[in-house]
Amino acid sequence: MDLRYSESEEKFRAELRAWLEVEVPAHGEPSPWGEGDWSARRDYDTRWQRKLYDAGYAGLNWPREYGGRDASLGEQLVYYEEIARAKAPYIGTCFVGMLHGGPTLIAEGTPEQKARHLPYILRGEQIWCQGFSEPGAGSDLASLSTRAVRDGDHYVVNGHKIWCSFAQIADYAELLVRTDPDAPKHRGISWLILPMGTPGIEIRPLRTLAGEGEFSEVFLENVRVPVENRVGEENDGWRVTNVTLRFERGTAFASEMYQLQKFLAELVRLAKRVTRGDGSAWDDVALRREVGRLAAELDALWAMVKLSVCQSSTTGVPGVGASAVKLYYSELNQRVSELAMRVLGRGVLSQVDVAGMPSRAVLGRALNSLSITIAAGTSQIQRNIISERILGLPREAR
Amino acid sequence: MNFQLSEDQEALQQGVRSFCEGRVPFGQLAELERTQGFDPTLWGGLAEMGVFNLRVAERDEGVGLGSADAVLVFQELGRRLVPGPLIWSHLAAGLIKGAATGEVVVGGLDLMGAATAPVLVEHLESLAALLVLRPQGAYRVALEELNAEAVAVALDPLTPMHYVEMLPEGELIVGAEGARRLRLEGGALASAQLLGIAEATLELALDYAKTREQFGRAIGSFQAIKHMLADMFVRQESARAAVYAAGATLDDPEVGDVERAVSAAKINAGDAAMKNARSCIQIHGGMGYTWEVPAHYYLKRTWVLESVFGTVEEHSDRMGMIVEGGL
Repeated sequence: MDLRYSESEEKFRAELRAWLEVEVPAHGEPSPWGEGDWSARRDYDTRWQRKLYDAGYAGLNWPREYGGRDASLGEQLVYYEEIARAKAPYIGTCFVGMLHGGPTLIAEGTPEQKARHLPYILRGEQIWCQGFSEPGAGSDLASLSTRAVRDGDHYVVNGHKIWCSFAQIADYAELLVRTDPDAPKHRGISWLILPMGTPGIEIRPLRTLAGEGEFSEVFLENVRVPVENRVGEENDGWRVTNVTLRFERGTAFASEMYQLQKFLAELVRLAKRVTRGDGSAWDDVALRREVGRLAAELDALWAMVKLSVCQSSTTGVPGVGASAVKLYYSELNQRVSELAMRVLGRGVLSQVDVAGMPSRAVLGRALNSLSITIAAGTSQIQRNIISERILGLPREAR
Repeated sequence: MNFQLSEDQEALQQGVRSFCEGRVPFGQLAELERTQGFDPTLWGGLAEMGVFNLRVAERDEGVGLGSADAVLVFQELGRRLVPGPLIWSHLAAGLIKGAATGEVVVGGLDLMGAATAPVLVEHLESLAALLVLRPQGAYRVALEELNAEAVAVALDPLTPMHYVEMLPEGELIVGAEGARRLRLEGGALASAQLLGIAEATLELALDYAKTREQFGRAIGSFQAIKHMLADMFVRQESARAAVYAAGATLDDPEVGDVERAVSAAKINAGDAAMKNARSCIQIHGGMGYTWEVPAHYYLKRTWVLESVFGTVEEHSDRMGMIVEGGL
């Protein structure tokens, strides 16, 4: 039970911190989110990804043979802490490639698939999106009905995908399709690499409650995907998918978790500026107590991440305990975000900064936080996973 | 960094667990109630196992381990409801002669926090010495000078209480800085016991949910129950992480802020124990409301541990100040 970073990990921290101190301000602010700004957004994210790559910080946990750093767990934790501390650009549109598609190819891809994608993802030259969920297949993902029928050396795909982040600027999608409609639902799914430029793909943006166009619906009509783009065996896609999902529930949000601690401190700074009666919002004992309580929970969360990361080192992939981390983090994030909204008072009624108050940032975070108890397995699904796979209770119908 | 338990730590925890399971099974609770929660033979066994001299240096005939190890031991004591002034005797091991070997049973009072009144001394009739923590330092109060009145019925049936109206000052044995340190160590150990309670109540509730049938199926197959149990698990795990971090930070203050780590542990473990004990009673339904099912012992012990070394509210207020101070 040792929380001390080694000398080499501290050396890594010092180098990374010095690099971030120069590069983060130089990279500038991202363009405001919203429809129409997606190519600017892609440019901003991929230029940052390229800088990380050139400096040797891209794919920290990727194996060296695929261009990653193969960093120790201590180094990974240091990395998450430092990029949150430096307010480095969010991984953004590179998320799916770096944290889903890439790791899945590393685990399950053919040598050709790896060569065709991994170096490009790592350098920020390929953006990926996810084609998993469907209007009729959300939490019950395995009931998906997008059909792929074999035609020579191609699959012909027809269906309707939804919640595809960054589809409008993506080069590839990780696509789940049904290849055997007669098999039990988990056993008739295949995992395909879909080039987004293929004829027959129509992308329609969906507007989120935050007013953003991050998600899209993707309609697929007679889309021809080469059989060589299949990852894993035909009808073995569910197993391949679970490799990806485990990554998503593992360390994917680690930096955001650490960043939430920083945000809580900003909330205190804000409360001191907000006038309430003769004083400031920070004079409210109940607010101070609530901040203290949340700080304690965030500390516990970060310690949980450390424990979970150390445990996953023995198994190679994040374990089911990652469900507990994801559940705890996403609900804590909402509590912190709501407290920040309360501090703003009526300033919360404006989505742009008003009277010198950072309404835009607070509201942006708070509205966005409503998605994280839904995305990547809802809180209710996480509770099912914990109660069934960890606590051994009877399973829900599948 | 490796935050996982070492092999030695796992063995230590396992050893204490088997001892406690053998010596304080649920069937033994009624007998312990009759002896006011104190059994000299059990106390001797705990001393022999190193519960009190765990952190005393080997050259002084101690075990020579640290706080990270102590929290594992106290987690197990909490899990099995082991009664007695365990934390105080452990803290007194280097201060009061005979405490380390268990020959002198040391109790204590924490008067450093916000919510310390009324002055109630635990296990007074079993004590040979009393340690009192005040902001000015740690004092030894002579028991013969104490005018104490037994509380007819204590909340925790295994933690008898005496009410003291006028507490003598006693003899200063440790300065203010030392007293502050003792309170932090006590806070970590109380948090560890609370973690043990959070674990034990989950375990009890889980066993019941798997076997109790209603509407023709195990109640643990209903999502309403499953999700309660999942939340209990999350609270247990966040408490575990915070408590282990507090132990590791006490041993190596360079890895973090000791005060912050202990406050985080007491808040998370206190909350986990309180809510898990309550959920345990709820999941047991009507049986949970009986004396027979041990769930109530855990809830009552939680209140004993919640009231020492800083309540959840006191530590939350302190954490608020720490966050503000870090701006």
